[in-house]
Amino acid sequence: MSMTDTTKPRSWAIWLPLALFLGVIVLAAVALFRPAERTVASTLIDRPLPSFALPGSLPGTPGLNSVDLATGKPRLLNIFASWCIPCQVEAPQLAQLAAAGVPIDGISVRDRPELLAVFLKQNGNPFQRIGADDAGKVQLALGSSGVPETYLIDGKGRIRHQHIGEIRPEHVADLLARVRAVQ
Amino acid sequence: MLCAALAMIAVPAAAQEMESTAPYAYRQLDDAQKEARAQSLMQSLRCLQCQGQSIADSDAPIAGSMRSLVRERIAAGEEPEAIRSWLIERYGDYVSYAPRVTKLTWPLFVLPLALLALAGFLLRNRFRRAGAA
Repeated sequence: MSMTDTTKPRSWAIWLPLALFLGVIVLAAVALFRPAERTVASTLIDRPLPSFALPGSLPGTPGLNSVDLATGKPRLLNIFASWCIPCQVEAPQLAQLAAAGVPIDGISVRDRPELLAVFLKQNGNPFQRIGADDAGKVQLALGSSGVPETYLIDGKGRIRHQHIGEIRPEHVADLLARVRAVQ
Repeated sequence: MLCAALAMIAVPAAAQEMESTAPYAYRQLDDAQKEARAQSLMQSLRCLQCQGQSIADSDAPIAGSMRSLVRERIAAGEEPEAIRSWLIERYGDYVSYAPRVTKLTWPLFVLPLALLALAGFLLRNRFRRAGAA
């Protein structure tokens, strides 16, 4: 071993590992303190509505097919269920949209006809058709991660907007504007 | 005995989400090999409701629907990675616990190798001196 070894490591080589470590700390701190994003949005915006054919949710009612939603006029597709409390909260807003002339269809997820009938009696029925997605498969095909969610489908059957969560009174104007814009 | 009778006629105070009625939400596939492939895929897919759990672990009804989807497709012969891609196509990367190598994530995979290379470069003289001694 040489006692007169004078090769001193360059200063940048000494500080580099510490700088990298501090960089990782800063990155972790920023990411940890950012509030977590819990909603999972569908990635199907501006893509065609996946094809599906659902039976009617109530006995004797017509089913809901994806082709029913490509009628040339924009429609709203509401994913809901009788066991969903926020769905009751948004019922007046859905009624408001239906009264404004927006056609609304519904898909009931993991529901039962008798419970759905009670729900519609209590909260009103703004839907033109309701399809029964008892297995929850169509919900998955749409990229929907919960209820309630409302999709805006344009006249050609493309998904143009997804509203996650209940439609509150302050959301109605925006939704109406989107429907008109897509016309 | 009376309790059991009362429990049968009790009406729930608020509507509760029921268990998934999808055919394979709680039922395993008959073919053990296919069930094993389904299980390993389910362990690596995130429950959309209880987002800290995989769909194999989660009690959420939507997880039941996702499990049934996985099992039915595997029973039909579909590849697990195709099912994963189908879900990622609709929900984004968050639904899968296994990160893919994409334009966005390749630095994550390359970084350990780059750091090892940097360490080797910084220590290059140590090895040379030891060899020459």
